[in-house]
Amino acid sequence: MAGTDFDVKYVAHLARLALTPEEENALGAQLGNIIGFVEQLKSVDVSQVEPTAHAVPTVNVMRPDEVQPSLPHDEALRNAPKKSGGLFVVPLIVE
Amino acid sequence: MLNQLTISQLTEKVARREVSAREVTQACLNRVAKVDETVHAFISYDAADALAQADAIDKEIAGGNNTHRPLLGIPIGIKDVLAVKNHPLNCGSKILGNFVSPYDATVIEKMKAAGAIIFGRLNMDEFAMGSSTENSAFGLTRNPWDTTRIPGGSSGGSAAAVAAEEVIATLGTDTGGSIRQPAALCGCVGLKPTYGRVSRYGLVAFASSLDQIGPFTKDIRDTAILLNVISGHDRRDSTSVNQPVPDYTKALDGNIKGLRLGLPKEYMIDGLDPEVKAAVEAAVKQLESLGATVEEISLPHTEYAAATYYIIAPAEASANLARFDGIRYGARVDGANPIELYSKTRGAGFGSEVKRRIILGTYVLSSGYYDAYYLRAQKVRTLIRQDFLKAFEKVDAIVTPTTPTAAFKIGEKSGDPLQMYLSDIFTISCNLAGICGVSLPCGFTKSPKLPIGLQLLGKPFGEETMLKIAHAYEQSTPWHRERAPLAK
Repeated sequence: MAGTDFDVKYVAHLARLALTPEEENALGAQLGNIIGFVEQLKSVDVSQVEPTAHAVPTVNVMRPDEVQPSLPHDEALRNAPKKSGGLFVVPLIVE
Repeated sequence: MLNQLTISQLTEKVARREVSAREVTQACLNRVAKVDETVHAFISYDAADALAQADAIDKEIAGGNNTHRPLLGIPIGIKDVLAVKNHPLNCGSKILGNFVSPYDATVIEKMKAAGAIIFGRLNMDEFAMGSSTENSAFGLTRNPWDTTRIPGGSSGGSAAAVAAEEVIATLGTDTGGSIRQPAALCGCVGLKPTYGRVSRYGLVAFASSLDQIGPFTKDIRDTAILLNVISGHDRRDSTSVNQPVPDYTKALDGNIKGLRLGLPKEYMIDGLDPEVKAAVEAAVKQLESLGATVEEISLPHTEYAAATYYIIAPAEASANLARFDGIRYGARVDGANPIELYSKTRGAGFGSEVKRRIILGTYVLSSGYYDAYYLRAQKVRTLIRQDFLKAFEKVDAIVTPTTPTAAFKIGEKSGDPLQMYLSDIFTISCNLAGICGVSLPCGFTKSPKLPIGLQLLGKPFGEETMLKIAHAYEQSTPWHRERAPLAK
């Protein structure tokens, strides 16, 4: 039963989501319940069924490769938590 | 009181210069000042900005220009998930910090061009995840019919603002019922368009294959007017469909003779409140007396819709919400390395329901579980869609309750996520199938007096027929004229 072996810590790491120990406990129980609920899909015979990703069949939509107006530089940086010299400031990635 | 009128009533008055856009806007501002402390439909609004927009409209009218626009001088409230240039955008969350939108969503551009006054930021469940508007980082919204109850969600602010007559109409979004469910619980009209009918450009994505933007209004005619404005193909949203937009108001002729309506037997569940059931049965009789024929139909995979939705929607959300990482916008919590920065930022910024869905979505997409959950859910989605397409070979529209019960109490379901999820049981299938749906008032519970919603589901791009039926029903019944106690 997937509900009981639900490893919140591991999945939270995959999701890049810091959780408090209290959150981990609460989420573990709640998600166990929800996973238990969605398990009912296992009783549906889907062996001959194609998956639906979109309700409206979608195909790649192409447009001519032409330069069009885009967001001005300062507007794109307007909401940056940290910026300097017209750039986003991020933590050091390579020494 | 101008704020009590409809779009169709007001645009005529404004065009004839009987009233000014400023007067309409001021009436709404007065109303907001009077009741929003109680209702809390708005996260924020800018009175000076609204009046400046109104004055610009009045100036054009004085010059004799553009007086035939469909939303002339109409203040329209906006769910806090749609980008409006130079207005704040928070998605009901802390994680966006002091974000201000650098551009307009396509629907906003279209409404501005149609003469609307874009007004305020309406409260919502954080990132549209919820059914009660209790998951907002900006406090809860109260139902204008009974302020001890929730307005529904996730577009609770959009529904409450219309019901409390704070604005003339609003926009919301619907991923699993987030327009139709609050419209039902607040006693107004709410429509989810067919997937692809309305551009999603400038809408912060929750579940991209399910999300649609739609109107909340006081009556069906106003919904048709607003749908005319916001519909259409947009090259900036490759999932918007290039299909002509009819004039939806032309369909509102009251003639539904010979139209075939389907009643899905799977919607008569045990948890259906007897008063809701009785109101919907009476509505079906009324539709029959107007000349429609009614037959029982079957949508055999209905029982799997909620489980399918609660795999697909969180899966898409977990991918969409990856962009909130504290790098390019929003609040940031520093860390020793980028991974720590992302984790801390997201841990501090997201509320508990959003965290729950990100974890659930990440899990069902993770290695070893993808086929068992996500791929299987996509296959069941095919079966659910086929149920509807098969039913629409026999009927023109489907009639159901919008919700199993009327508005529940604040706090009643907030401790039990699964119970909360099941309050969307009648609205979820419509999004999975990509069809259109509308909720409109069809009666009230006795004590307390709370609105009950009737849901009509239409074929893909079948909004005209669906609105025709809804309008015929509405005009032959008194429900849409009833006003919330708070509105009196």
